[in-house]
Amino acid sequence: MHRLELIRIRKAYPSVVANDDVSLRVAAGEIHAVLGENGAGKSTLMKIIYGATQPDAGTIHWNGQQVAVASPAQARRLGISMVYQHFSLFDTLTAAENVWLGLDRQSTLAEVTARIESVARQYGLDVEPDRPVHTLSVGERQRLEILRALLTDPQLLILDEPTSVLTPQAVERLFEVLRQLSAQGCSILYISHKLHEIRALCSACTVLRGGRVTGECDPRQETDASLSRLMIGAEPPRLAHAERKPGPVRLKVHHLKLPREDSFGTDLDIDALEVRAGEILGVAGVSGNGQAELLRALSGEDLRASAGSIHLMEQNISNMPPGERRDQGLRFIPEDRLGRATVPSMSLVHNLMLTQAPKGPWLPLKTLRERTAQVIGRFAVKASGPGAAARSLSGGNLQKFIVGREISAQPRLLIVSQPTWGVDVGAAARIHAEILALRDAGCAVLLVSEELDELFALSDRLVVMAQGRLSPPLPRGEASVETIGAWMSGLWSLDTTQSSRPNGPSRQPVEALNASA
Amino acid sequence: MRRPDAWLSWRLEPRLQPSRTWSLGAPVLALAITVVLGSLLFAALGKDPVRGLQMFFWEPLRSTYALGELMVKATPLLLIALGLSLCFRSNVWNIGAEGQFVIGAVCAGGVALTADRTTGAWILPALLLAGVAGGMAWAGITALLRDRFHANEILVSLMLVYVADMVLSYLVYGPWKDPAGFNFPQTRTFEKVAQIPRLWSGTRMHIGLLIALFGAALMWVYLFRSRAGFAQQVGGLAPAAARYAGYSSRRALWVALLVSGGTAGLAGALEVAGPIGQLTPYVPAGYGFAAIIVAFVGRLHPVGVVFSAVLLSMFYIGGELAQSRMGLPKSITGVFQGLLLFSLLACDTLINQRLKRTRSVSQPPAIHAPREAA
Repeated sequence: MHRLELIRIRKAYPSVVANDDVSLRVAAGEIHAVLGENGAGKSTLMKIIYGATQPDAGTIHWNGQQVAVASPAQARRLGISMVYQHFSLFDTLTAAENVWLGLDRQSTLAEVTARIESVARQYGLDVEPDRPVHTLSVGERQRLEILRALLTDPQLLILDEPTSVLTPQAVERLFEVLRQLSAQGCSILYISHKLHEIRALCSACTVLRGGRVTGECDPRQETDASLSRLMIGAEPPRLAHAERKPGPVRLKVHHLKLPREDSFGTDLDIDALEVRAGEILGVAGVSGNGQAELLRALSGEDLRASAGSIHLMEQNISNMPPGERRDQGLRFIPEDRLGRATVPSMSLVHNLMLTQAPKGPWLPLKTLRERTAQVIGRFAVKASGPGAAARSLSGGNLQKFIVGREISAQPRLLIVSQPTWGVDVGAAARIHAEILALRDAGCAVLLVSEELDELFALSDRLVVMAQGRLSPPLPRGEASVETIGAWMSGLWSLDTTQSSRPNGPSRQPVEALNASA
Repeated sequence: MRRPDAWLSWRLEPRLQPSRTWSLGAPVLALAITVVLGSLLFAALGKDPVRGLQMFFWEPLRSTYALGELMVKATPLLLIALGLSLCFRSNVWNIGAEGQFVIGAVCAGGVALTADRTTGAWILPALLLAGVAGGMAWAGITALLRDRFHANEILVSLMLVYVADMVLSYLVYGPWKDPAGFNFPQTRTFEKVAQIPRLWSGTRMHIGLLIALFGAALMWVYLFRSRAGFAQQVGGLAPAAARYAGYSSRRALWVALLVSGGTAGLAGALEVAGPIGQLTPYVPAGYGFAAIIVAFVGRLHPVGVVFSAVLLSMFYIGGELAQSRMGLPKSITGVFQGLLLFSLLACDTLINQRLKRTRSVSQPPAIHAPREAA
């Protein structure tokens, strides 16, 4: 008897069939991977299992009995728990209060706290129940989410892309907890598109593509290439990354200190950062460590940087508004595509205008329409035309449009954040190739990303961002996943002898303080 | 468990693209709903619904004079709604156009009162400009408080309406009261030279209508053909995108409030120097509030606003006729305005969503599986 069995599930939305004839079997205590690209139908399938949406056809069997899961509350009563990719925690409440809120049954806060402590001990998930959530690191928040799920004594735990915000070391810790759970008989559905994680953790795998099952396998017997073929129908193209001698310094950041703008932000304290023409500098790190603040200061969205702290090609741009920086050749692709890089309800023509405004008081709509059509054509954007609203495009196509918009302006410095977040593999390959081509043409590129694979594939040099500070740069050849992973916790001073900070990154060297005064 | 309503339930589903059809269709459907609800209201009050609707939708169109009256009331509505459309598109919620209208009227009245028999024709543009300046200054208070102290512009602009009413009352009960006016709270009637020329003899229609229509054309060009107008709207639709593009949100705030204050002030100037001809405590007629409905019914679009201004003007006249001929309270105008706005907001749901009939899902009843012993 299987713990969970889905038979021929189908779910259609107005524009897309999200799941078509999907069957899935999970044994008791099995760690079962659901692998697929963004948009392959993984999330819809999990929502059906968790009762958040109802299938159009097909049946669900739970411990051998056919069930209809009408709501998440019912799913929890059956013994199904889910940890979402985006945490659903209240920042201002403590860890225990957050757990307490989610429990169906009547119990006091003291009882909940005691249970948290006992379950946390049992699984080595150390979380302090009394701390407010906004003081917890991302890894701690995720442990709290998992703890919350475990308190309901689940027989099936669903994890949606759980490692996207974790350092490699935190991923290893998470895997140990999951293996322990599995050994105790709890089944786990592990949703991911990271092949090496699935091969390391899971004993069974169902691969989805375009809403259909394209393969079932034991991932321990597979290679990355064979799994990738099942997932996207082809192996990803290899990127040609030729060594190049970098040119003069295009971007120079020196003693950039910025206090946080809101209580949940990060104080920025950057000693030095240089990007040269013809090189890609990768910035690794778990998001929320000052990347957003750094990018706002570089793009000009935050103009509080002290005079002389940011130079573009020898020119002081610290207090220059975004439009003028753009005129100087600085182009920026933020990670939020809808609402920041584009206005969702406006057409692509109007969205082109956001960063390619022609001179003069009027809008030359005809020229803009032609330029939009060129970007659509050159970057293979799938859209109904230049008049299509930005929000009608899929994530990948909108990102291709934004990348195309900025690249077609022939930047001298391109700053790009999370260029392939939520983008399908085909579009991601295209975007990577464009960024590399730009570098080969002599543009300086600053790439901020959470995906180590992406950083290692593209960057010439790597720096790590942690707690609002930057590590010294490492050439790609000298960087390893282990080093970068350790540095993500801010521990670079332990490894580097050339570092000027013998006391660790949490303390400011005296020389730097004097110099910035 | 199958829900008992599963086979007849309707559901709203988000659309991929906002529907253009419903963007224009929603006001029409809302008007139809208003007519139906209005008929029911007449019937409930014991009046003949057909005659009631006639007052609203036929009488205002019946004669040249009636049409002229329709335009007299549509003119301030159109002017104010044009400014408010820009404001609302910029995500600035100026609810106090009524106050800016009153201060515009006061300033224009002050200039008009300086005129005597020897004054030249320059007094007319001067009093109109004074009206514009007054409205802008009044809206500028809201902009300043929002800009400097993050005060909520909805509350500030609304409260300033009542302050403006007090200013007007003080002047007409006090220093500006007509000495020969039998102690009525009103100024003397403006000199002929300080009165807005009529457009048509036999009606009260005046050149303000032409100014308002020209304003609509100007607003269209600004919104859809100029860079500044584009930047203004980006700030309203997606503030983060405006920051990313480098458009100043402070500039957008000031432009929105000054423009809408200016148009409201101009409307006030045209009203006192036109149909009214003097300052009285009855200058505030609710145009500033009705114009909010005009702006939304007209889809915040300069062309749409022209039509909705005429529609709301019909409601005004219909309400007056219903009062004088059918013995209904004048507040019936407000009821109709409210019904229209209320149904429009409901119908607007259809622009971004579609109504879909959900099929019943045949599934076995849910059971609580017995827990396995761990």
